[in-house]
Amino acid sequence: MAKKRKPSSQTSFWRALSAVVWKDISAEWRSREMFSAMLIFSLLVAFIFNFSLDLNPKTQREITAGMLWVTFAFAGTLGLNRSMAIEKDRGCLDGLLLAPVDRSAIYFGKVIGNLVFMFSVEAIVLPLFSIFYNVNLFNPGLLLVILLGSVGYVVVGTLIATMTVQTRTRDVLLPILLFPVVLPVIASAVRASTFFLQGQAMDLIWPNINLLIAFDVIYIALAYMVFDYVVEE
Amino acid sequence: MPVIEVRKLVKRFGLKTILKGLEFSAEPGEFVGLLGPNGAGKTTFLRILSSLSRPTMGMIRVAGFYLPQQAAGVRANLGVLSHQPLLYGDLTGEENLQFYGRMYAVENLDARIGEVLELVDLSKRGRDLVRTYSRGMAQRLAIARAVIHDPSILLLDEPYTGLDQDASSMLDTVLKQIAAQGRTVVMTSHDLARSEDLATRFDVLSRGKIIASARRDEIPKDGLLAFYRRSLEMPDPGKQDAREAAHG
Repeated sequence: MAKKRKPSSQTSFWRALSAVVWKDISAEWRSREMFSAMLIFSLLVAFIFNFSLDLNPKTQREITAGMLWVTFAFAGTLGLNRSMAIEKDRGCLDGLLLAPVDRSAIYFGKVIGNLVFMFSVEAIVLPLFSIFYNVNLFNPGLLLVILLGSVGYVVVGTLIATMTVQTRTRDVLLPILLFPVVLPVIASAVRASTFFLQGQAMDLIWPNINLLIAFDVIYIALAYMVFDYVVEE
Repeated sequence: MPVIEVRKLVKRFGLKTILKGLEFSAEPGEFVGLLGPNGAGKTTFLRILSSLSRPTMGMIRVAGFYLPQQAAGVRANLGVLSHQPLLYGDLTGEENLQFYGRMYAVENLDARIGEVLELVDLSKRGRDLVRTYSRGMAQRLAIARAVIHDPSILLLDEPYTGLDQDASSMLDTVLKQIAAQGRTVVMTSHDLARSEDLATRFDVLSRGKIIASARRDEIPKDGLLAFYRRSLEMPDPGKQDAREAAHG
């Protein structure tokens, strides 16, 4: 018979976190439901904007960042909803909460899983936007903004999706609750991205990047503190 | 010393009080059948015992750990099976057990997965996706999930819901094997016949309290229904028929 674990012991934070990430990526690798939905939605938005707006190069540089972040935000909402719905549908969220782990490990595991899917979609959408709008989006500064903006968005989104998934109207409720809260992140990300695309001086860009970093840190700390209460009855 | 001890447990949801000073205890190795009508608070009680729900008031000690302060210690000693399997359809049976085994830090995990799959007679289907399983197979895999970390206490909340006759019989066999391993089991079920077959003690929960309790040897064979109806002060159907016949 297999050796028993010590009954009073608690699974380590990192072990639990890695197990949740592994589970999310393995399940999504099989079904590709979440990734496909996010990707198809993003591609459709890129196509629609490209063919419906006839813009001059200057205007294009001004609004490309905004369109890019609108695409990321809405595609991200689809992914966040799906990610938590998987946990709720067969009662799996209870299964996670029954494990003897620090519950923040579950939360951060879900955040990392969601970030992996978000970055994967962004990696495909970015070159498309570059081609459609004839703008080089592979600027290291812009990539840093996308990284920081996505982290902020997913950190808040995962927490709010955990709350809304308990409700019958989760598909509608998530964006209604999420967008007002995540507005500072999206606004800072759009401004910083636009300035990068316009080739503005770093003096103008840094305040927005600093804001992004500050919001990321605040949201991570808040989510760490409140997740236990969010999942508790 | 009881392995589960509950004193004056109160649970409120808003203005509604579900559990009203509930007292309960279970000794090591006991199989308690928790009976009661819908809305009596059985599921709420099991959710509190499993640390999924926070008590409003009262003392709860499970496997030597107090709730809600030492919830992780309680969870390490508990296996929970409900009518929902708590399994991921897009993972195989083995992958599901791998995941839960890692969450519980089970040592020699591959060997343990083999053991529990054999216990629930799913060794040949372990590499199939769970979404291809029948309801009965998923429930058997859920048992394997619940015992992967070899818990000393099992909480079963309506485990027979949605199972056909064959699947229920198979679940019976597996639960008997698990109970024979010396675990303490608390099971809620509407199926009195199955409870009668498995449990060593019966508690009746009604309106938020345990209103009656009896050991199996205190109840005559096939007498669980009568005990249950008496506890709830429901008229005995046989006597009622006789009364109705007498009154014409």
